[in-house]
Amino acid sequence: MTDALLTGANASTEVPLKRRLRRAERTRQVKALALVLPLLVFLLFTFAGPIAGMLWRAVDDREVRQVLPQTIAALATWDGKDLPDEKAFAAVASDILAARASGTIAVAAKRLNYALNGFRTILTSTSRNLKAAPEPGTARETLEKINPAWRERATWTTIKDASGPVTGFYLLAALDLTRNVDGAIVAAAPDQAIYRNVFTRTFIISLGVTALCLILGFPVAYLLAALPPGRSNLLMIFVLLPFWTSLLVRTCAWIVLLQSKGVVNDSLHWLGIIDEPLRLIYNRFGVCVAMTHVLLPFMILPLYSSMKAISPAYMRAAASLGAPPTTAFLRIYLPQTLPGIGAGSLLVFILALGYYITPALVGGAADQMISYFIALYTTETANWGLASALGAVLLLATLLLALVYGKLVQGQQVTGGMKN
Amino acid sequence: MEAGMVTPAPALVRFSGIQKTYDGEHLVVKNLDLEIRKGEFVTLLGPSGSGKTTTLMMLAGFEVPTHGEIYLAERPIKNVPPHKRDIGMVFQNYALFPHLTIAENIAFPLSVRNTTKAEAQERVSAALRMIKMETLAHRRPGQLSGGQQQRVALARALVFNPQLVLMDEPLGALDKRLREQMQLEIKQLHETMGITVVYVTHDQSEALTMSDRIAVFNDGIVQQIDRPDALYEHPVNSFVAHFIGENNVLAGTVETIEKDYCRVTLAGGGAVTARAVNVSGAGASTSLSVRPERIAIIPDGTSSEGPNRLPAKVQNTIYLGDHALAVLDVVGNGEFMVKLQPGAHDEKRHGNLKPGESVFITFRPEDCLALDPV
Repeated sequence: MTDALLTGANASTEVPLKRRLRRAERTRQVKALALVLPLLVFLLFTFAGPIAGMLWRAVDDREVRQVLPQTIAALATWDGKDLPDEKAFAAVASDILAARASGTIAVAAKRLNYALNGFRTILTSTSRNLKAAPEPGTARETLEKINPAWRERATWTTIKDASGPVTGFYLLAALDLTRNVDGAIVAAAPDQAIYRNVFTRTFIISLGVTALCLILGFPVAYLLAALPPGRSNLLMIFVLLPFWTSLLVRTCAWIVLLQSKGVVNDSLHWLGIIDEPLRLIYNRFGVCVAMTHVLLPFMILPLYSSMKAISPAYMRAAASLGAPPTTAFLRIYLPQTLPGIGAGSLLVFILALGYYITPALVGGAADQMISYFIALYTTETANWGLASALGAVLLLATLLLALVYGKLVQGQQVTGGMKN
Repeated sequence: MEAGMVTPAPALVRFSGIQKTYDGEHLVVKNLDLEIRKGEFVTLLGPSGSGKTTTLMMLAGFEVPTHGEIYLAERPIKNVPPHKRDIGMVFQNYALFPHLTIAENIAFPLSVRNTTKAEAQERVSAALRMIKMETLAHRRPGQLSGGQQQRVALARALVFNPQLVLMDEPLGALDKRLREQMQLEIKQLHETMGITVVYVTHDQSEALTMSDRIAVFNDGIVQQIDRPDALYEHPVNSFVAHFIGENNVLAGTVETIEKDYCRVTLAGGGAVTARAVNVSGAGASTSLSVRPERIAIIPDGTSSEGPNRLPAKVQNTIYLGDHALAVLDVVGNGEFMVKLQPGAHDEKRHGNLKPGESVFITFRPEDCLALDPV
């Protein structure tokens, strides 16, 4: 038997074992690939594609390049220390005339106006007042006469900065940074520096909601795991019930409950606890309550599954070894729910980071989260560059968190796990 | 220890009139009175649902008796929570804490008792030495085999020197060879450390191997509590006779009783003399119990006079390595087993027993017990 096997192996030494294994596995792999292919294509089109597009848009900067090609070319050699030479002025004049003819001047004006407030006026007034191409050698004089801003170095550096094809402008703006006239990265003007604040607010609200979900969800998950199957199934339906109603309906229900003439205020007033209606909505409180309500199941489910896996024998063993209930809970039960706590918290936190509808409906102006601004720039002002940059920063922060969580969980897996 | 055997030590555990019901209709444990002496190894043996595990759980404090009181060292403990009872317990699936290392698991009972670090460390390493697992101290339970996990669970239950150690079918998940090895190890630990052990199992051979005394449970009642040999030789009723060891049953009616012996007419014909153990009187129906190894087969025609001689027909023979079994049809009982002694089933004798052959069996009156009817 062994001899037969050995000769069999010798006979086919010309084909290495590894290659034979690969060959044998190939059909199986192809079949498996064919099964996941539709999903893969779907994900590529609806997930990977848009994200790549968003990341690209965050650095894409070709608008000015398309409208003012000659200017960009003329500024390529400009050192940025002094005003550019006559050639650049002539190029601007020529570009503006060409753009006026094709009607694209507004495209460049919009982009340049993001970087330098009032640039739109410079371009439109120049375009309006420039009758014809200036005589050679008089371009500078003509432009400066039309709009004195052409005499400013900042005007020219703004154009040079926007020459593309890629820029860090939007990403810097998303972090409240900008480049000054000399090209150094500096803090943005205080009236424009809002995003760091918004990011901080987004993270604080998300953290708060995650903490609330954990505090409220832990006992519920414990109850679900401890009850006999019949009753725990019933309770589970109540936990899952919110998924059957629209997010919008649930958020609006909170408006009905919490508004100044709402159910809660009226009840408290009727009970004589308060005289003036409490301000429960259109502030941070309302946002946290509504978001916690919506996100609670995402905390309860992972917690429940981790608790379900903890055998009651552990608590009994701890008690028999002399641990009072509190000690047993803290030292035996709680550590074993950590994977569930981690998964639930990460899920809720990441979902909360991207929350848009709920804060928009029940939050005040000071409670809008980053998604609100992303939506604003995407749909209202069509500043896709900044919207994408904000999205990219949010994505990066989230990925970083997921990475940290992944490291933590990996550490857990090496140490945890019971055979029986 | 040995001295304790001669003059019974005072009871460490005393169950007094314990009843337990879960649903308020059916008693799982009916009127349990049981004493366990210090240093004893007592096994609660019985089929599943007989109330043995419930009894153990009441002792550990995880179940509350519906009626009665349990005393531990003369102190009533019905209202003492489990963590204050000072009872070590080994669970069926070990219940080692998966997030702690072996050393941390063993140190757990010490750390909740605020033992100083140095002493705890010393006792943990002593415990690890005892189970010969010093090198695995920093592994997690998930990285150990079943037998190793069992040893750790044992060390953890012993490390804080509890007054009493409970074991709930601790070897049920192990394979046969490992189970037998662990039985010896546990027995050895019990003897060297002088601990009191209450052990629950449904495996009668495990109970016979390890115990000083065995309490046989059935239907919520302790049928008999005695030394292993006494249980085997002198069962008080049919259940115990049937549950401990192999056993042949013949139904019959008591004709006469003379002192310790009675004459029984068998339902399938014939009459035998048996030791009257559990019969109410003449005319009562009884079931006779004879162990397979106490029966001799007489080939047909050989004359042998004795009070107990019954005709039999060979059904089958089963070869079991160290011995063989003959399955006979004896007055209507078609599963009558006779153990063929070593040497008796060699080629010459064994070859004589052909299926369908008619033979006679004989056994001594003192080996045939007249018990309550099944």
